[in-house]
Amino acid sequence: MRQVAIYGKGGIGKSTTTQNLNAGLGEMGKKIMIVGCDPKADSTRLILGGLAQETVLDTLREEGDDIDLDQVMREGFSKIRCVESGGPEPGVGCAGRGIITSIGLLERLGAYTEDLDYVFYDVLGDVVCGGFAMPIREGKAREIYIVCSGEMMALYAANNISKGIRKYANTGGVRLGGLICNSRNVDGEAELVSSVAKELGTQMIYFVPRDNMVQRAEIHKQTVIQFDPESNQAKEYRNLAQKIDDNDMFVIPTPLTQERLENILMEHGIL
Amino acid sequence: MLDQTPKELIKRDGLRINPLKTCQPVGALYAALGVKKCMPHSHGSQGCVSYHRTFLTRHFKEPAIASSSSFTEGASVFGGGANLRSSVKNIFDLYDPDIIAVHTTCLSETIGDDLNSYILEMEIPDDKLVVHCNTPSYVGSHIHGYANMVAGFIKYLADKNAPKNEKLGFFPGFVNPGDLREYKRLLELMGVEFIMLPDQTGVMDSPMTGVYEMFPKGGTTIEEIRALGGVKEALAMGDFASTEPALVLKSKCGVETKVLPLPFGVEGTDKFLMELSRISGNPVPKVLEEERGRLIDLMLDANPYFYAKRCSIFGDPDTVLGILSLALELGMKPIHLITGTPGELFERKAKEILAAYGLEGEGRVKSSGDLFELHQWIKNDGSDLLIGTSYGKQIAKAEDLPFVRAGFPVLDRYGHAYEPLLGYQGGLILAKRIADTIMDRMDRDVLDEDLEVVM
Repeated sequence: MRQVAIYGKGGIGKSTTTQNLNAGLGEMGKKIMIVGCDPKADSTRLILGGLAQETVLDTLREEGDDIDLDQVMREGFSKIRCVESGGPEPGVGCAGRGIITSIGLLERLGAYTEDLDYVFYDVLGDVVCGGFAMPIREGKAREIYIVCSGEMMALYAANNISKGIRKYANTGGVRLGGLICNSRNVDGEAELVSSVAKELGTQMIYFVPRDNMVQRAEIHKQTVIQFDPESNQAKEYRNLAQKIDDNDMFVIPTPLTQERLENILMEHGIL
Repeated sequence: MLDQTPKELIKRDGLRINPLKTCQPVGALYAALGVKKCMPHSHGSQGCVSYHRTFLTRHFKEPAIASSSSFTEGASVFGGGANLRSSVKNIFDLYDPDIIAVHTTCLSETIGDDLNSYILEMEIPDDKLVVHCNTPSYVGSHIHGYANMVAGFIKYLADKNAPKNEKLGFFPGFVNPGDLREYKRLLELMGVEFIMLPDQTGVMDSPMTGVYEMFPKGGTTIEEIRALGGVKEALAMGDFASTEPALVLKSKCGVETKVLPLPFGVEGTDKFLMELSRISGNPVPKVLEEERGRLIDLMLDANPYFYAKRCSIFGDPDTVLGILSLALELGMKPIHLITGTPGELFERKAKEILAAYGLEGEGRVKSSGDLFELHQWIKNDGSDLLIGTSYGKQIAKAEDLPFVRAGFPVLDRYGHAYEPLLGYQGGLILAKRIADTIMDRMDRDVLDEDLEVVM
């Protein structure tokens, strides 16, 4: 079982990329579980076709921890199992603690079955506290992909997340598998992301071009592969899935200094 | 006993061994118990408050009531608002206090529960009150928790539009009920009308009647706290425990406030009484002058036994500074002064007091310290006497030091909470304790043929 965590700056397209990528892996016959680690609970919407998902923490709050797995797990496109951790309403409580609680609960409920090929954790935003690092602690996810673009803030976030990975690399055994560039049509984007990846000691594992097809599919609450299997974008996501399935480059990242990062951005004509 | 404490001092940043302080809520809970018909409430998991209650009970040998928000995993994730709402409803339904004083815990602080808005938005019966203060224990100590709770009562209740009255607002500091009774006696003898907040007499020293009362007779009333907004002026005793409430009363109600050290010893009590004399316009009555005379008499009589004794004093900052003054007046030579409560002010004040007795730059003084370090100092410098809380007993045993219990907490002896250490009377008690301890030790160690019946 490969456990994979997807991180990246807020709004960069982590959930969209994860679900489309998973649709690709699902088509290849892989058995997958997606664990959404975002209080907004929108990490599995495209796989489930917008099905309102009862989150682990909602269930915990309403029924205590004596719950069954099928109360919180649904199967969607390509029999991908979907779980949403959920969390408190904005501005209240502790979302980080929520992730710790819900992953602990999933383990106790036996969600991690032997037949799974992949478990994907879709984690919101930055690694702001210990809770958001839960998927990479204690040897859970050993592989991380960071979704980014050629935009400055996305690369800042990627570098910052790399610091978090480095911290847990020795104790949790986690490695960086690469950067996934979710293109924003920035000038020289692929080159820029590639060179930042190189400095981090990793690779840009795939460049996902920008295509309105993604938005059209999202409106229909579907992944591109389900919505229009013949489209070019569906092909791109299949390629990404293949790349990840074949990937054997796992590194402890070497985060850049602020100065170095800014220099690279400058070289590529952004700053 | 503590055989592993090394003599060599090593600079430590991240580690405290045998700490010299406890959680903020211990102080907050004690302060809240000094308000009449008040239920102290701990907003956190159950374990916190059961420890805090136990801690107080072990010192005062009295039950310390308090309730808890009883956080579960769910409350930690979703916030403790729902728990607090049902707590407040249940407490008013079941126990019927007039007021609930909520203090936070490390857990509720860390998840960022906003007690202000919880309390604003919750349903509270018309004739009841809920107040709160923030008490994260990773900041400060129980002394800060005490100060924060007293300040919390003022923030919520002191009424700046209260009719002006001729009373003195009085913040006694973190002291025992025995001290509070002594304060009251002195205030009454000086003809000063006062509102004391908090007042744990009749609560944490309530008499055995054979009937358990959840809310004993004592405590500052809610009306009195409201009227604090209209007092003539306020006196705050102890820099660490009372400055915060004094500042809040000043900024909220415009009351002039003055902070004094705890009135330990002759000079400390003189200063306090002169302040009361200024406030009331009354001279110090004969009966107090005589008390002062008796304390000085004892000091002179027993001086040979006090003189130049090198002593180590530890505990809460205001208390240590007070005992330091008395020790110097007795002719002793304090060489170690340490508190676990953080605050540079302690070190500055202690050095000022030492300097006034010509001991500038002498002795070791430290805030944010621990008992391990005190033990190391004693191993290096030696000491004739140890004065402090029950937690010093292992050091006393290990180093075979005479040991005087004073301050908070005294967990292993009885009656301490009843006896004042403040004022001339308290000075007499503390000086006698010190003399007895020193002289008992002399009797123990002396050769049989030198054992004196008259000393």
